[in-house]
Amino acid sequence: MQPFTTLKAVAVPLDEANLDTNQLSPTRFTRRARGPGYEIVLLHQWRFRPDGSENPDFIMNRPAYRPAQIIVGARNFGCGSSREMAVWALSACGFRALIAPSYGDLFYNNCFKNGVLPVVLPEAVCTDLRGQLHAKPGAEIAVDLPNQAVTGPDGKGHAFEVQAFPKHCLLNGLDDIGITLQHEQAIAAFETRYRAAKSWLF
Amino acid sequence: MPQPRTLFEKIWDDHVILVNEAGETLLYVGRALLHDSANHAFDQLRQEGRPVRRPGQLLASPDHYVPTLGRARGIANPEYRQQVEALEASSRAAGITHFGLLDPRQGILQVVAPEQGMSLPGLVICGGDSHTGTNGALGCLAFGIGTSEVAHVLATQTIWLRKPKSMRVRVEGRRGFGVAAKDVILALIAKVSAAGGVGHVVEYAGSVVRAMSMEERLTVCNMSIEFGARTGTVAPDETTFRYVEGRPFAPKGAQWEKALRDWRALPSDPDARFDREVALEGGEIAPMVTWGTNPETAVPITARVPDPAGEPDPGKRADMERALKYMALQPGTALAGLPIDRVFIGSCTNSRIEDLRAAADVAGRGKARVSAWVVPGSGLVKRQAEAEGLDRVFRAAGFEWREPSCSACTGSIDSIGPGERCASTINRNFEDRMGRGGRVHLVSPAMAAAAALAGALTDVRTLGENR
Repeated sequence: MQPFTTLKAVAVPLDEANLDTNQLSPTRFTRRARGPGYEIVLLHQWRFRPDGSENPDFIMNRPAYRPAQIIVGARNFGCGSSREMAVWALSACGFRALIAPSYGDLFYNNCFKNGVLPVVLPEAVCTDLRGQLHAKPGAEIAVDLPNQAVTGPDGKGHAFEVQAFPKHCLLNGLDDIGITLQHEQAIAAFETRYRAAKSWLF
Repeated sequence: MPQPRTLFEKIWDDHVILVNEAGETLLYVGRALLHDSANHAFDQLRQEGRPVRRPGQLLASPDHYVPTLGRARGIANPEYRQQVEALEASSRAAGITHFGLLDPRQGILQVVAPEQGMSLPGLVICGGDSHTGTNGALGCLAFGIGTSEVAHVLATQTIWLRKPKSMRVRVEGRRGFGVAAKDVILALIAKVSAAGGVGHVVEYAGSVVRAMSMEERLTVCNMSIEFGARTGTVAPDETTFRYVEGRPFAPKGAQWEKALRDWRALPSDPDARFDREVALEGGEIAPMVTWGTNPETAVPITARVPDPAGEPDPGKRADMERALKYMALQPGTALAGLPIDRVFIGSCTNSRIEDLRAAADVAGRGKARVSAWVVPGSGLVKRQAEAEGLDRVFRAAGFEWREPSCSACTGSIDSIGPGERCASTINRNFEDRMGRGGRVHLVSPAMAAAAALAGALTDVRTLGENR
């Protein structure tokens, strides 16, 4: 997994609340193997017209926002289906950080497993940041994970909370299964007790 | 005196292996459910050269990519066929119980796992489908997880979680005539909003929930994620035990007696504290229907399409305007009487035998005026329905009787057309959910059948009681 430390990059605002994972990764792409070309999946119905050509009106397709690696979204970003492909699609398009007032739980967890940092900031701050990005297309936001701070285009700083363990894994690009199996003795001992206590399961 | 605990805390405590220095809990997984998207996880394990740790605690069955007609001829679409075949091959290689395409036990995992006695009270259950929380109706902690987490469970039989908060939803009083479990959960989501449960494990309680059958509780828990909750649970009781007893994978003999003793200790202690409490008056709930593109837009069938002009928050107003445009609806339109193009009865929300009985009870009183599909949740539900003659009732009323699958609910193996308006018993009315440009109104099975007979959204209560 690619580690995440700090990032200063162009940010694109997405104003829609409850932007669900069906939009981020439409169902017809969920069988697609992850690999070259995966970037067409992200928000496909918004970024492309029915004939497959790019929709020039959609904000991500406007030249100033094209280099964006950060999305500033609205409440309940990534709600709905558990499909991890929503994060794969974001990642394939080069997005490394998200900023929103709240996220779908499953989506939030999936971000950390794929090297994408989902930052939570208050609704008013997110609305203000999106306003700045609309007013100044191509403006940059800085995200500093070690110090848990976001700096907006106006230079104003905003502290954010992130849980220590996912932060540690993201900073070091650590893979979950490997970490867990370091606890093999504890797992094996637990299993022995569990099988005795819940003998009706086995 | 030990600290009073909730049902959720008791199950959680039973599965804690360790808590790391960052406060994350390594939780043991009693059972895991694998559908035909688990192949991404099996691929990851193969690439990393890791074995499946506890195949005996896993259940696999394809449901998303399984055709609803002519399955004896196999799956025509090569992409879907490949996924279904890969799940079978991976399951077989690892020694995982697998119900394949032609097995009568095949079906939607959230229907199959309870039906087989695989979902049991007191367990932590994980699954790759976001509606795994359905199983919480049995008094277990059932979570939907992402693909990387499925790989983690396959390799370690554990999952890292931060302990969620707890929330109790009490539905007191009595449900009125024509009000289904689906209406109860839609009314709750409308009340608390689509993000109202984020970070919480919900326990559904109160006299209305206690009086519900197991299948009704499964419908309620199914939609916990639609208001953002991590999962939903119901305390196990005699209804639960009667449902579980005798099922193929349920404990037998002395083990059944031991299990019962364990399960009777699971309900929340009387003094247990919840982080949040929500109350709903059962008698005030009407048959519900959604007008927008999120389940929180559920309103009573007697309501009209709301006017964004009355919404003070500009962000919410923009969301409403976008939803109305997508749904091709004008503010002020009465929902009852709104013409529809299609009806879909099925999905992990509403495809069990009681759902089909409720729909058939209405369907038997007329003829469908629009295309109406009935997709049973499992091969065994289908068999039971046919033994009761429900298939004949549906067919005589002009409904299509199909084979078990997630079908058009995911808009993949089956779908509705662009601009088509569908009264649907599924759980998500998102844009493009049942097919690109399709317009979905969430309703109960009886309401869906009533809509089919009228060719329009209809208050099922106006049909009166049957017989």
